[in-house]
Amino acid sequence: MTNPVVDRAALQLHSLMTSLLEVRNLDVAYLLRASVASSAIVNVSFDVKAGEILGVLGESGSGKSTLAASMLGLLPANGKIQRGSILFEGRDLLQAEPRELQSIRGRRIALINQEPLLALHPTMRVGDQVEEVFAAHQYVDKKSRRERVRQVLAGLFPTETERISSSYPHQLSGGERQRILIAQAIACGPALVIGDEPTASLDPTTQREILSVFEGLRRDFGVAIVLITHNPSLLAALADRVLVLYAGRVAEIGPTESVLSDSLHPYTRSLLRCLPSPRCGTNAANRKIKLPSIAGDLHSLGLLSLGCRFEPRCTDRFEPCRTREPVEVWATDEHVVSCFKYGS
Amino acid sequence: MQPLIQVESLRKLYRSGKGLNSGHVVPAINEVSFSIAPGITLALVGESGSGKTTLALCLACFERPTSGRIWFGGRDIAALEEKQLRVVRPQIQLVFQDPASSLNPRLTAHEIVTEPLLLQRNWQERQMRERGFALLERVGLSREVATCRARELSGGQRQRLVIARALSLEPKLLILDEALSALDCSTQAQIANLLVELQTSSALTFLFITHDLVMAAHLADEIAVMNRGQIVEQGVPEKLLASPQHEATRSLIAGMPRAIVRPHMSGAC
Repeated sequence: MTNPVVDRAALQLHSLMTSLLEVRNLDVAYLLRASVASSAIVNVSFDVKAGEILGVLGESGSGKSTLAASMLGLLPANGKIQRGSILFEGRDLLQAEPRELQSIRGRRIALINQEPLLALHPTMRVGDQVEEVFAAHQYVDKKSRRERVRQVLAGLFPTETERISSSYPHQLSGGERQRILIAQAIACGPALVIGDEPTASLDPTTQREILSVFEGLRRDFGVAIVLITHNPSLLAALADRVLVLYAGRVAEIGPTESVLSDSLHPYTRSLLRCLPSPRCGTNAANRKIKLPSIAGDLHSLGLLSLGCRFEPRCTDRFEPCRTREPVEVWATDEHVVSCFKYGS
Repeated sequence: MQPLIQVESLRKLYRSGKGLNSGHVVPAINEVSFSIAPGITLALVGESGSGKTTLALCLACFERPTSGRIWFGGRDIAALEEKQLRVVRPQIQLVFQDPASSLNPRLTAHEIVTEPLLLQRNWQERQMRERGFALLERVGLSREVATCRARELSGGQRQRLVIARALSLEPKLLILDEALSALDCSTQAQIANLLVELQTSSALTFLFITHDLVMAAHLADEIAVMNRGQIVEQGVPEKLLASPQHEATRSLIAGMPRAIVRPHMSGAC
């Protein structure tokens, strides 16, 4: 945070050589009863480069929050990582001691939640809550901590730093609270910020402001961002690459432009067709016409299906889809898809 | 045509702060006038805090307006006594954003949709059973769902259930306060389709409150833009979007997502 120029150059050099985060063959399951497990994440692999914004697109139940929680070691007690590795800055987070993980979490990787009112302490001034992050990770004296808090908040609230800092969460608007969460997240200058639906509770104007804060984080500090959302239109303007998650599996992953405009996976295609087009409003004849939707719903992850998870709802299904799971196919240099349509 | 509901210079003031701080008066809605013709959808759009929900609560008789009139069924419902409101309330129903918190977790789907009927007292056991199944069917829920409790249902099914309950007393006006906002986009499309079907089959009137201008343009016959407690602009979607007059409208339009899907893939247009 204090020395962005040096950090950025270092990070850019770093990014040329390796990925910041490498998730390989991750399997996560929830134990429901003794010996009954329901898999939430299956064989998920992806990379995040330094300074990159990766959008993770998935509907409720697709496993996107589980994915975020497993990267931070924050799975609930019955959540178990069964296989795979998560390499972050060269270290495998899944092998790290709890103490080591604690020093990484909040300092090198930070999480921003959907509901800022739940994430903030109601009877503590927000400035003090940002200061807690420094207190937990950097053993500096009170005076310099306060100075750092002022700097971080000044970056996010250029005009009203003092008023915001001494406010309680309930005195702030939704957008202001979300900025406080961002302040906590970036306080220690993390390399990676994970946003789990960080703008879902905000109105569009505030949403836009928060997204531009994210853009600024990447531009000014070289922070990599994993932005988890169910709303494809948020990703269009912001993400470099998009990962589409369906029933805990990667449906496809590739550059934003090609995933959203030239989707390969039938699920992504059907999902994007569900959105009413912004052009609808300009033509009265298109009003109230039936929107395409995906038949059926994402249910019973525990069911033992041998084939592709999207097969029952897929309009393009054919012979092999029922009998085995598709493997990842490189459609182009950058675009990977898991669907038999593109070979197996 | 005679409007179904007509609002004249409605104001609702809230007193801010408590104790020593009180006395500061904030107008949540200020001199709002509009009307909705029967069988159409009026979308009310605006940023958070612009007064959309307060307006909805006043129309549904949950909040008493500070001044102004709300004409509905030939009466000014803003001036009615609590007792007289019992006749009006069933005709104006509300659907909120979060279906999970609108449903009693201990009741089955069938009990939830028939609960309002209990208040009418003149229903026989068998009639009520049939009516419950009919309501579920009307919103596209199968008979198997009837015995499920809310937690066993998906987000889309829950919102269907909330809509079924709202329809149980055959309201004339349905107020949908961000009813699609918490849903995934494929579920949003399903519920949007349901709303259109219901309107076509039963000539329902909707007040559709949202901050999603794209969905508003898709579903509404007319859009009203709220800003700081006032309706600053109102018109048919294509006109409002093509030539917005007020700054608030322009700002909302700037926030619309760009078309992310190429024409050959776009479903609706």
